[in-house]
Amino acid sequence: MRFTLNGKPVELKVAPMRRLLDVLREDCGLTGTKEGCGEGECGACTVLLDGAPVNSCLVPVAQAEGTKVTTIEGLRGHTKLQQAFVTEGGAQCGICTPGFLLAASTLPRAASLEAVKQGLAGNLCRCTGYAGIYRSVAVARGGARAAPKPKPAARAKATPRAKTKPKARSAAARRSR
Amino acid sequence: MGKASTRAGSVGRSVPRLEGAAKVDGRARYVDDLSFPGMLHGRTIRAPHACGRLRSVRLGPGGLPLGLVVVGPRDIPGDNVIAVIEDDQPALAWGEIRHAEEPVLLLAHADREALFAVPAEVEMIPGAPVFDPLASPRVFKHIRIARGDAGAALRKAPVVVEGEYRTGAQEHVYIEPNGVIAVPENGGITVHGSLQCPHYVHKALCRLLKLPADKVRVVQTETGGGFGGKEDYPSVIAGHAALLALKARRPVKIVYDRAEDMRATTKRHPSIVRLRTGFSRDGALLAIEAEVVMDGGAYVTLSPVVLSRGVLHATGPYRCPAVAIDGRVVMTNTPPNGAFRGFGAPQTQFAIEAHMDRCAEQLGIDPVKLREKNAFRPGDVTATGQKLPKDTSALPVLREAVRRSDFHRKRKAWAGTGKGIGLALFFHGSGFTGAGEVRLASRASLELTAKGARILVGSTEIGQGTRTMLAQIVADTLRWPLSAIEVAPADTGLVPDSGPTVASRTCMIVGAILQRAARELKHKLGRLTPTQYLARHGALVVTKQYEKPAEIHWDEERYKGDAYGTYAWGCDVVELEVDPVTREVRPLKLTAVQEIGKAIHPGHSRGQIEGGSAQGLGWALSEEVVMRDGKMANAQLTNYMMPTTKDTPEFDVAILEQAYRHGPFGAKGVGELPMDGPAPAVVNALRHAGFDVREVPATPERLLKCASR
Ligand code: FES
Ligand code: FES
Repeated sequence: MRFTLNGKPVELKVAPMRRLLDVLREDCGLTGTKEGCGEGECGACTVLLDGAPVNSCLVPVAQAEGTKVTTIEGLRGHTKLQQAFVTEGGAQCGICTPGFLLAASTLPRAASLEAVKQGLAGNLCRCTGYAGIYRSVAVARGGARAAPKPKPAARAKATPRAKTKPKARSAAARRSR
Repeated sequence: MGKASTRAGSVGRSVPRLEGAAKVDGRARYVDDLSFPGMLHGRTIRAPHACGRLRSVRLGPGGLPLGLVVVGPRDIPGDNVIAVIEDDQPALAWGEIRHAEEPVLLLAHADREALFAVPAEVEMIPGAPVFDPLASPRVFKHIRIARGDAGAALRKAPVVVEGEYRTGAQEHVYIEPNGVIAVPENGGITVHGSLQCPHYVHKALCRLLKLPADKVRVVQTETGGGFGGKEDYPSVIAGHAALLALKARRPVKIVYDRAEDMRATTKRHPSIVRLRTGFSRDGALLAIEAEVVMDGGAYVTLSPVVLSRGVLHATGPYRCPAVAIDGRVVMTNTPPNGAFRGFGAPQTQFAIEAHMDRCAEQLGIDPVKLREKNAFRPGDVTATGQKLPKDTSALPVLREAVRRSDFHRKRKAWAGTGKGIGLALFFHGSGFTGAGEVRLASRASLELTAKGARILVGSTEIGQGTRTMLAQIVADTLRWPLSAIEVAPADTGLVPDSGPTVASRTCMIVGAILQRAARELKHKLGRLTPTQYLARHGALVVTKQYEKPAEIHWDEERYKGDAYGTYAWGCDVVELEVDPVTREVRPLKLTAVQEIGKAIHPGHSRGQIEGGSAQGLGWALSEEVVMRDGKMANAQLTNYMMPTTKDTPEFDVAILEQAYRHGPFGAKGVGELPMDGPAPAVVNALRHAGFDVREVPATPERLLKCASR
């Protein structure tokens, strides 16, 4: 079994039906690719096969024969994207992050938010609600940072009930008394 | 530590996550990424039926692989229990079986495939299981809270509204399943694992293995999400791996696959809440009567405290002179339910907030007005008699959420269009309930290093930003740059017990302890630099322990007093659209306004709010745990529907701050608060869109059944 792994040729003696995920993690020692479900639902195991994202838990290693495989350890030319995941909240626990980064690295530069959502729909993240991931993708493409600016809570004084009503009303009520 | 570096503090700034780089280049090591020489894999043999008596466990037919290690109850050196609150849950069941998937035997082997190929047959004499919590004969915990005479007040109230509200179980779906590696060493055991509370696991292992504290070491590995699901369960899986490892005298790894994790580990407690509320004609809340029933599953685990937090939040953020709350958590023959972000409060606040919109309707009062009228103000008194502090922000969050979301205009404009908008007002107590923090007596240490200081805490980073946040607090207290602060790994052999990483307590409680340690360290240093101090006086470690603020009082017997040091406050507005044919609900936008004292790291705080809100939306709309004969029938991500990018709407998050005087830099807790609001805001938006739903998840099937109004 031969393929190019992160730019280097590799030759392995492995059973052809083993999952690419296991071969990468166990035989190649690249543990950056994660297993979240083993059933093709979560995308934590995303790697690039000839530049296209695949769920490596569903790919028998035989299918990688002669291809170029890219894992998180070999992701090149996306430093800005990786950096943005750190600064914009794209990574919290980080278990989904390698998968998201590989999937996001294949998005066209000018992709709209809708297209980004579509492109990342095969990856699950339980921590971020995805918002931080969209922000990271946007900032990596030169979008403005949008750090939240907390505000002081308006003074919540112990107002008597009547005060919550409009002033005119309470004045009117006084008059009618 | 020159002057130049002390200029800008880091608190309040969204600095890069400390372990961020390792998480984006694949270097971060989670438990399944680790391997030890001679390591075996472990497997758990589980009960096939929901209850009954265990008759036999048979391995085979056929030869067993050479070197197979087998552990049964008799191999347990200590007590066969998972020590948490009550000691009712065995590590390995024998005799009575109380739930399907209950562990009965453990196997280990070097070859994972061969291990899982071993045929195992568990024979049981099935009993009669109980699945309906209302029919359960066994109450794990019963709590009553009373203020005034609710019965009398209800009899006199001009308007009385009643209702029953239900919430379903929820699976955590941390993307990294539960997993540990147990390594026999130094005459004891070391467990590396994906977990929230290393000291909980430590305590459970000492008991199970009959080992002294210094022979057990628990080390947290980088953890791929927890949300409560790695609060108590790791004690079970760590116990199993440790038993196997001690018998095999080799390291043993157990990492569940997704299906096993979903079938066997804890869920959010399903709930049934019945409410009766009395109002004056102009909408002043006069009485609340609440009956809360939670499904605890087969063993007690954390259920009593989940119930406690549930009943303590059952009135919602409303003042009311007469309150009667009756809560119980009961046994059923399903796998034990456990901690899940919010810990009972989302369930009871779902009920009261869905109820409030129905009350508004019956009173003919706008739902915002009704809330404004009754919301807690500073100085108001809660059902337990707690006088609320100055940082009580129900009104500010409500007003800001209504304003930001353009609530009133949309509410009017969308009537009858299939679109709906609804809101929920909520609060969340920060830290352990009642005297919990006093009992925990958490400790935290700071160690002087040549570079600055190293934080030693048992608190864990599980994605929420603990490491960065604690480092920010220490750096700013010392007026040192953030780069001078390191955080030690959460390793019980190294760090003191800072209490569990749960209950929105790490920032407010542990952060405050560290702040005191930092002050003392600074004082001790005087004018010396760390290097000078170390050269002159040698090592310096400052340890501080939790100190209860003098004004906090709690009476556990009567459930009276200050239930929490303080509360964080939130108001969520959900906008959604219902497909007229399929009744599929599409959330369009969620506005979350949350007051958290002080956002030490605004970016991570926002991340907590967005992530928690997404989980809340999943619980509200799509996440349904389907149980058949006491077993989870949809234990796969294919048919347990947690939100994807396409199901998650736009979030508009606003963070408000109102300092809590005992929090570091004024901070309160933020982890759980965001879970409380989305579900009630969803059903209130559905009510606006014409659907009278009182149960979540509000799946299309449920909407098709529920009377369109
Ligand atoms: S592990 Fe491959 S998709 Fe989840
Ligand atoms: S960051 Fe935790 S699952 Fe995405």
